[in-house]
Amino acid sequence: MPIIEIKNLTKSYRVYQKQEGLMASVKGLFKREYKAVHAVKDISLEVEEGEFVAFLGPNGAGKTTTLKLLSGVINPDKGTCSVMGYTPWERKNQYRRRFSLVMGQKNQLWWDLPALESFRLNQHIYGVPKADFDATRDQLCDMLDVTRLLNQPVRELSLGERMKMELIAALLHKPDVLFLDEPTIGLDVIAQHKIQEFLKAYQQEQNNTVLLTSHYMKDIEALCKRVVIIANGEIYHDGSLTQIVDKFSGDKVVTLHLADSVDRDAFKDLPNLIDVTPPKIKFRVQREKVGAVLSGILNSYAVDDIVVEDPPLEEVISNAFSAAEAAGKVG
Amino acid sequence: MRFLRLKRLGKWVRAVISDARTWWTFFKISINERLVYRGDFMIGTLMRFLPTLTQIFLWWAIYDVISTAGSADSSGGPDGQIAGYRYGDMVAYYLMVTISRAFSSMPGLTSGIANQIRSGEVKKFLIQPVDMQGCLLMQRIAHKLVYYLIAALPFAFVFYLCGAFFIDGWPVADKLLVFFMSLVLSFALGFYLECTIGLIGFWFLEVTSLTFIYMLMNFLLSGHMFPLELLPEGPVNIRAVVEFLPFKYLAYFPAAVFLGKVEGAAMYQGLVVELIWVVFFIVVSRVLWFRGVKRYSGFGG
Repeated sequence: MPIIEIKNLTKSYRVYQKQEGLMASVKGLFKREYKAVHAVKDISLEVEEGEFVAFLGPNGAGKTTTLKLLSGVINPDKGTCSVMGYTPWERKNQYRRRFSLVMGQKNQLWWDLPALESFRLNQHIYGVPKADFDATRDQLCDMLDVTRLLNQPVRELSLGERMKMELIAALLHKPDVLFLDEPTIGLDVIAQHKIQEFLKAYQQEQNNTVLLTSHYMKDIEALCKRVVIIANGEIYHDGSLTQIVDKFSGDKVVTLHLADSVDRDAFKDLPNLIDVTPPKIKFRVQREKVGAVLSGILNSYAVDDIVVEDPPLEEVISNAFSAAEAAGKVG
Repeated sequence: MRFLRLKRLGKWVRAVISDARTWWTFFKISINERLVYRGDFMIGTLMRFLPTLTQIFLWWAIYDVISTAGSADSSGGPDGQIAGYRYGDMVAYYLMVTISRAFSSMPGLTSGIANQIRSGEVKKFLIQPVDMQGCLLMQRIAHKLVYYLIAALPFAFVFYLCGAFFIDGWPVADKLLVFFMSLVLSFALGFYLECTIGLIGFWFLEVTSLTFIYMLMNFLLSGHMFPLELLPEGPVNIRAVVEFLPFKYLAYFPAAVFLGKVEGAAMYQGLVVELIWVVFFIVVSRVLWFRGVKRYSGFGG
């Protein structure tokens, strides 16, 4: 049985439409026009226990709304949802003790106090026995290498260090389900990488279920086998990363390293030339034509090295988003 | 059957103990947090008496004028009465109001709640198994206790200096007891009243103007600005209306009990009415919270 079951979930917000200008503002005092924004439209989704799923989508696509629905912050207009057998928006304490939501942009720790104090508070809020708490805390601090920072006021920590503390605070009660909303936002590459490594190791060890939204492809490449693309409040794709690449990009990127220096112009007929800096030449080819094009080149030139690869994930995803947006406009 | 009931009781007791632990931890953390800003506190405490000082001079001038007008001999300083207050009573009243306000004023509570709603920080209390009002209450109690601890010395000093103004001396036994109880209740009243206003933020995102109206009402109708005996009783009996409102328990009532302005049956009656107001605002703020959360989760996020 899936641990998370979403059926036909729909949520729209009412947004006050303000016209430009003073007169319109005065009018707004008496009569307001609202526009319904459909944040999530008829979404259905199932997640099995122990899965690590990424939600991808442009800003305002409905990712965060979905996480909010799952964590019970908001009620849907329509549809049902069950997480570990609970309906999130009933906000039962039994449910709330078994999940965590970490938002990269929100701070949950006590600003002026050492993180350790916030941890201790969470210990009591979630009713974690002392021995378990100590063991989990030590383990997490060790994994994230922040033990020496435990007694420093949170306001004196760097953004990366604070994010690590946020993660620890959210994991102390060993949640069965973890929702991460852009956990690496604003972090430098090294800190991002650290957090990715941690999440991966932690999830493998605990085998809990994790849902993650992120704008960083590196996060998703490193962590998630399954990717759900949401755009315009609808699920546009649900499957593995490789499937996405297959579906949204028919091209391969070929890089040749030539043995002899050749005239630049010799390659100007190649379609989709990306870069020519002799002896290196980079171009794109449709997947099914890779063989033909390469054999043609190999016949005419001496080649030292050939690399054929998928286009960068960023590009593929952005293609997917544009396709989704276009479909949304038509539909 | 009986065993089942016992088991349920045991479960309930365990839940209460675990809650108590949470609140205790929260309380300790709040105290720690507060101690971070102890310097800020010291200055704030002394500043509290500054307005009182202006009041003392103002009333001295007023009493001086009426005693000059009323009697031929005015060399002995002000000795007239205004609404039953001698000059010394008046000064003592303002000092006692400072004490009442040290219990009932809740700086930043209303705006804090409204800001949490607007910024979405309130989500924390929907996600975590912990009650927002309980957290805020613990935080306030902790802050107030730390405040009294630090403020005790300057307060004692000021009262020592002003001892002569308490013409009838200090009250005893039952009056003192009712005084302390009314102070504790005025803390609760201030807390739940301001919570109620803050929680209106679920409906109007901006409560600044509402807070301003409340502050104004509090200032004028609680006895903060002047003793309520000075309010006119005719042609419109404003005094009677104010007697009926909850504001007077925030400043006037504890001071009046201490100074013997409210005595006997009226004193106990006042205490009961104060308690009723506290319960009323507890209920209203709870209802607003549950309704507000429902609305919040229905519309926004």
